[in-house]
Amino acid sequence: MMQPSALDAGVPFDEVTAVLWIGGRLIDGIEWFLDHIFGAGMDVLADLLGTPMLGYPYMQRAFLAAVCIAVIGPVVGTFLVHREMAMIGDTLAHTAFAGVAVGLFLNSAFSLTLSPLLTAFVVAVVTALLVELLVEHAGAYSDTSLAIVLTGGFAVGSILITATDGGIAVGIDAYLFGSLSTVSTANVGILVVMSALVGSLVTLAYRPLLYVTFDATAARAARLNVRLYKRLMVVLTALVVVSAMQIMGVILVAAMLVVPVAAASQVAGSFKQSILLAILAAEFAAIAGVTLSYVYGLAAGGSIVVAAIGVYVVALSTRKLLHRMPTVRRLSDQRPDQHRDGIEADGGERE
Amino acid sequence: MTTATTKKERSADPLISVDDVTFGYGEVPVLESVSIDVEPGSFLGLVGPNGSGKSTLLDLMLGLRRPDEGTVSLFGEPAHEVDAGERIGYVAQDATKAARDMPVTVREVVEMGRYPRRLFGRFSPEDRRAVEAALEQVGISDLASRRVGRLSGGQRQRVFIARALASEADLLALDEPTVGVDAESREEFYSLLHDLNATGLTVILIEHDIGVVTTNATDIACLNRQLYFDGDPTEFVETDALAQAYGTDQHVLDHDH
Repeated sequence: MMQPSALDAGVPFDEVTAVLWIGGRLIDGIEWFLDHIFGAGMDVLADLLGTPMLGYPYMQRAFLAAVCIAVIGPVVGTFLVHREMAMIGDTLAHTAFAGVAVGLFLNSAFSLTLSPLLTAFVVAVVTALLVELLVEHAGAYSDTSLAIVLTGGFAVGSILITATDGGIAVGIDAYLFGSLSTVSTANVGILVVMSALVGSLVTLAYRPLLYVTFDATAARAARLNVRLYKRLMVVLTALVVVSAMQIMGVILVAAMLVVPVAAASQVAGSFKQSILLAILAAEFAAIAGVTLSYVYGLAAGGSIVVAAIGVYVVALSTRKLLHRMPTVRRLSDQRPDQHRDGIEADGGERE
Repeated sequence: MTTATTKKERSADPLISVDDVTFGYGEVPVLESVSIDVEPGSFLGLVGPNGSGKSTLLDLMLGLRRPDEGTVSLFGEPAHEVDAGERIGYVAQDATKAARDMPVTVREVVEMGRYPRRLFGRFSPEDRRAVEAALEQVGISDLASRRVGRLSGGQRQRVFIARALASEADLLALDEPTVGVDAESREEFYSLLHDLNATGLTVILIEHDIGVVTTNATDIACLNRQLYFDGDPTEFVETDALAQAYGTDQHVLDHDH
């Protein structure tokens, strides 16, 4: 793994180098695993199913990445949507674009080999914390300030890209619209590690995150560290959007945090169930989207988002239909659980 | 102005003691030299016009804000240093707004009452018992797996009370809890509060409807930046504190503007 070792030269701090070295080893290990175990397994699966699509390494990587994104997107998105902060995902994605541009700019200006993904992580996390500090100061999320940060991030990104020779403009499309073919094994490795990290943090902090999302004032009266968990929320959002950016693209990545969640909350019976249903909806959309993208040569991010919106429309109309029809409503009142399962299966299998 | 306050003897160990507190948002003064004690087991009704500083006073009492001048003690400690979150049950003014669209069940909300005691790790049998008992006590056991957003306003308010009961709180603070709740459910809701208070739970209630407060509360505090009255509800009805606080008294109007 060369990115971290290249950083070593520029960063004198021992701890930083140690962390990067450990990170590098970890990614190396996962890369090896992906190449030799996961890849081989998928080859076998491709043979068994008779689908050559699964046999191509870049498609194997794309599917793994999509499956990971479809877990962490809705997991974090569920908390954001219900705090009415859906826009923050989009905002951080656009500043992550500035982060990518910073990486590419530094590489071209100082002939470094920084991973643009690394600078994107740094810029997005820092922006997330700055936005949260501003909110703590002002007391509320305002559309205006988010719009300023969003467009500001994108503006800085576009300036940096044009400020250097034409070279770095190449490949910027892949970041803007997402791409399956340019996802490297190392990037998938980073995504897997991030998924594990985000997944375990949310599992660990599930209760405080739920309380803060549902009723922040009461959570504060109950002496929860509301600020800490709000900050954790935005940092997790930054990690998710940057991880997912490669496949989904900067412009569309926020959809993965919002659309499956919106679909799930139409039909979910509880908060835990809504997270689970959102993941199912997102997995369906991700796998369908990547497959469509392969078969018809379409943009992956766009296909995934359109598939997710399809699931949302099905969930929404199922619920509206249930309300419209009195006989069905009576049925659902009698046996709510059974009925809910019916909705789920319907939403999941349609395509 | 605060002559009524002196009539009440200050006890040795109040649950909450607000001492000569002044507070403002920036340059805007909200509270001026307010002193008030809340005794354990009492039912305090906080009344006053819109923008009179009732919610701010409640925030100060719970340690959610710190006074510019004066001191607030809660459970015998400076209010903002109190760690025992499980002793405080709080129903915020807009609590029900967030609950409308979020797919949370009644049980999930009531379980939040146990979070201050068990923020991480598995719930113990005792935690589960407390949750069941709280649901039972406010009569919503049969609604436990329903989504909170799909309940009526009156039912929803009971959920928030159950959350405080599940945490086995000593103090229940409510900020205009029945906004948007129909008259009949309001009646039931206040008789529930009355019963809970009779079991020893201290209640602080901010309420627009003065009638509700005078029938249910053991103490009334009438506020408009300054404290106009603090004492017994029957006495409160006899004084002109209300008129003064609401500014129908010409003298006060002149004084304030």
